[in-house]
Amino acid sequence: MIAIVDYGVGNLFSLSSSLKKIGAGCVVTNDKAQIENAGGVILPGVGAFGDAARKLKDSGLYDYIKIVAAQGKPLLGICLGMQMLFDKSYEYGEHQGLGLIHGEVRPLSQYVGRLKIPHMGWNSLKIIKQCPLFKYTSDGDYVYFVHSYCGVCADKSDLAATTDYGAAVTAAVSEGNVFGMQFHPEKSGEVGLKILKAFAELTEERV
Amino acid sequence: MLAKRIIPCLDVRDGRVVKGKNFEGLKDVNDPVRLAAYYSDCGADELVFYDITASAEGRKLFADVLKNVARNVFIPLTVGGGINTLEDFDRVLKCGADKVSVNSGAIKNPSLIAGAAEKYGNQCVVLSMDVKRVNGQFVVFSHGGRIQTPLDAIEWAKFGQTNGAGEIVVNSIDTDGVKGGFDIEMLKAVCDVVSIPVIASGGAGGIQHFIDLFKSVNVDAGLGASIFHYGETNIRQLKMALKDAGIEVRL
Repeated sequence: MIAIVDYGVGNLFSLSSSLKKIGAGCVVTNDKAQIENAGGVILPGVGAFGDAARKLKDSGLYDYIKIVAAQGKPLLGICLGMQMLFDKSYEYGEHQGLGLIHGEVRPLSQYVGRLKIPHMGWNSLKIIKQCPLFKYTSDGDYVYFVHSYCGVCADKSDLAATTDYGAAVTAAVSEGNVFGMQFHPEKSGEVGLKILKAFAELTEERV
Repeated sequence: MLAKRIIPCLDVRDGRVVKGKNFEGLKDVNDPVRLAAYYSDCGADELVFYDITASAEGRKLFADVLKNVARNVFIPLTVGGGINTLEDFDRVLKCGADKVSVNSGAIKNPSLIAGAAEKYGNQCVVLSMDVKRVNGQFVVFSHGGRIQTPLDAIEWAKFGQTNGAGEIVVNSIDTDGVKGGFDIEMLKAVCDVVSIPVIASGGAGGIQHFIDLFKSVNVDAGLGASIFHYGETNIRQLKMALKDAGIEVRL
């Protein structure tokens, strides 16, 4: 069972539908007991960092997500959920993140020159390190991105994949049991479903 | 590199996909859920799902049809038609839409764009405009292209971007349904003034039209309806041809 953290942001219908499609049990919840019982946790998110971080705090789950990660439970942050894994973000001010991946979230405009912002659409993955979620993924596979800010890892060994958008933009990060995807696996067709399948398999190993 | 997107558009009335030449003489083509799943499987990059009669007749999209599409489609889904308020945004997002397209609703109430962008994020707000040449000027039409507005399309596109639209769909009424190619001139005029992604709509009749589109103007996506629904052009073959022409696509 995978717990999708419901703290009032993001399109959880697509995410839960895609997990159902690959046969993974999931529950959309803000209940600590249900998260505790889950084999893995997905932290979704769309919108602005500051607003989402506040909502996560309001839901009483901010510190709990850190505890879950420390317990060794597989944790996957998606899109803004990935950005929230970092130490801090500079989206409309300066906001503290969960600090599970070291580094910062900065405006894409600092890196991509005159290319359009947001970076929206299908772009190909360059796999930097063979993280367990890429078990079924190949270099060059296309995934769907929508973002205006990007994670910048302080420790390059956390960088799992990049995508070429005027610069090597962080596409995925991983550190132990903590994973982050800047793209939306639930919107990335077969490639995305296979990434979620690899995550579901990690969570099953723990049950 | 970012791939150019190919987007089938499902115009829906009474739960069925329809498409007609110049918006007249609507013809029932297919079941939206089946068609959406088929397109997703054959390589469509995204789907647009419009209730084309909603603005004119005040019809609401049926939540169960949307949900069924979203359960079967794991690519981005844009929903439009009858989106007049933030509650309308909420209603379709809960049914699995990723983006919401506003057209007549934003013309009636322009603050809808900024309100939705603030609440749901820019990435969620697609400004869709039906545009026709009137006395040499690009003019926005509302209500499925039936009613002329005082809005200049170029100014409206700029307004949309400034107020937080994340994408703009430009549908040329002049070329829609004619299958003679996209309206390159109109698209260039819009692309020149905005920096957000632009989606070209109206006029696709064959593979060459998409090649011409992406070679001539910096749009991000090409949208088509009847060309795909009647099986005249297969999406996978189209994308192979684009790749052969040196255009970046997802295969």
